[in-house]
Amino acid sequence: MDRFVFLFAAGLARGAVLALFALSLVIVWRTARVVNFAQAAMAAAAVYAAFAVTAATGSYWAGLLTGLAAGALLGAAAERGLMRRLPAHAPLPGIIVAIGLVMVLQAGLAIAFGPEHRPMRPPFSERPFIIGGVPVLSPNDLFTLAAAAAVMAALALLFNRTSLGLQLRAAAFAPETARLLGVRVPRMVTLGWALSVAAASLAALLLVPTELGLNPHAVDLLFVNAFAVAVIGGLDSPAGALLAGIGVGLLVSLVTGYVSASAAPLAVLALMTLVLLVRPGGLLAPKEARTA
Amino acid sequence: MSTPLRALIITVLAIGGTFGLDPFRNYQLATAAACFAAVAGLTVLVGLTGQLSLGHAVLMAAGGYGFAYAASAVEGPWPLALAAGLAAAAAVSGLLGLLLGAAAARLRGPYLAGLTLALVIALPAAVNTLPLGGDQGARAPFFPVPEALSALIAVEQWHAWLAIAVAAVAVTPLVMLRAGRAGLRMRAVLDDETASRLSGVDPGVVKAGAFAASAVPAGLGGAVLAIATQQVTPGGYGLAFSLLLVVAAVAGGLGSIGGAAIGSVLVTVLPWFIDELVAAAPAEFGQRLDGNLAVLLFGAGLIALTTAWPGGAARLLDRLRAARPLRFATPSTTTER
Repeated sequence: MDRFVFLFAAGLARGAVLALFALSLVIVWRTARVVNFAQAAMAAAAVYAAFAVTAATGSYWAGLLTGLAAGALLGAAAERGLMRRLPAHAPLPGIIVAIGLVMVLQAGLAIAFGPEHRPMRPPFSERPFIIGGVPVLSPNDLFTLAAAAAVMAALALLFNRTSLGLQLRAAAFAPETARLLGVRVPRMVTLGWALSVAAASLAALLLVPTELGLNPHAVDLLFVNAFAVAVIGGLDSPAGALLAGIGVGLLVSLVTGYVSASAAPLAVLALMTLVLLVRPGGLLAPKEARTA
Repeated sequence: MSTPLRALIITVLAIGGTFGLDPFRNYQLATAAACFAAVAGLTVLVGLTGQLSLGHAVLMAAGGYGFAYAASAVEGPWPLALAAGLAAAAAVSGLLGLLLGAAAARLRGPYLAGLTLALVIALPAAVNTLPLGGDQGARAPFFPVPEALSALIAVEQWHAWLAIAVAAVAVTPLVMLRAGRAGLRMRAVLDDETASRLSGVDPGVVKAGAFAASAVPAGLGGAVLAIATQQVTPGGYGLAFSLLLVVAAVAGGLGSIGGAAIGSVLVTVLPWFIDELVAAAPAEFGQRLDGNLAVLLFGAGLIALTTAWPGGAARLLDRLRAARPLRFATPSTTTER
């Protein structure tokens, strides 16, 4: 039972990070109708920027802000420089260009910083609180949970309660009509990309210090799990990303604890395949229009 | 000229060409032949049905494991072991391809790409969980040069011969499939699923069948790699290798078999060539460039090709060929919707 409580608590923190990264995939899917396969490489580049600033100034928070800004800039640059030039309504070129971007970014990072794992210190202690003799969340886990929850709440407010959010949604759902009504659609798409990659960078910044360390491939597994989360919840659904993120986080934590660490990716793969076969649009997806 | 005859001529020419290469080049040729089989399957899948698989390396690995275990289990003369291994490679990869195809039939663009990506990432976990020898991988039997030929050729050249022959057996049916009724159905499904369904072509069956048909050559390619290296390890079939297969298909021009050949030679030879150049750089910096510079250049090339020149190398061939009058109208391939 003690073990279950510990694994459950660890799974919550992991799930929050997963949900945040999955939400970033949902944002870019909703604004531009592409899945950004380069999200992991871009987030890794942002974490390297944060690492360099933290190393230079000694302040975790300066590094965190730099990482977020670098992520937003990278997202905007990728949209302006590459994605905008591709034919619309064809998923293939977007995916292939994103794969090219992954190769360029990861190889570039490995050349610039070397392939070794660089240790990053988490901002708070990782020693868990003991409640009733059971180790539960550490201060760092609490910070991760709070940061992820705050950013997700802020994004929900932005999209649902502000004029800018309304313009973002309008540009995504009805670009032609939105343009006629005076929304600057291309600017909104760029902003969507910037928000999305910044959110992904935050997720990576929260995750990397708790794992092996920083490496060009450090975010790959997070991306694959977050993609599974986004698919399970439905690529169109922010609420689905949140629920599925917590669910998959718990699943990974429990499978790692009770079976083995190497069985966790298989469990996620099996769950994703099952959901795709039963409900290809995801659990919380709206119904699709019928064809023939 | 009929397709099997043309395939036979190309195979004989390629086998003759091995006499002009040193052992290391022959080893590279065997690797390129393995890539060619997998890339040919991938390029038909992507170019004709629009299903992007990032997981063809896993299908190759499945073929490699199937070959290694089946060929090791057979006691007898070497052609029997080879045939058993190849049959097992085709069966294992075809079965996995059929499973993936059943899922693919219900999925579009990004979903399928993500599912296959997850498959590649889960491969090391799978070989550690299933009884497949873990990270050490499995040993494949060694096929020495037969007695009659041992005075004539080295072992690398013999393996190149086997590789060329297996690649020919893997790719020729694919070429015939692509040119025939099945290819027409794949193009119909790519162009308009509703219209093809109204014409009595079931998109689900066509997509699943295309995935299985593209998985078998990939599995045979994995068997070829197992012959050339005498082992199958999960590390050899990681994400980088899987993306390299996509690069080869795109560089050659999606949907083109000839382009697949050019692309696979490119992704085999260019990394080696760049690493040779990098070896001249100073030690520590050179170590960082090693392997990475090639990936960087391939990524940049992938972006440039997709944004500026989507036809790939096959388009160049077509343009050269267009200078001469064609006897047959070749079916046009659609690379994107």
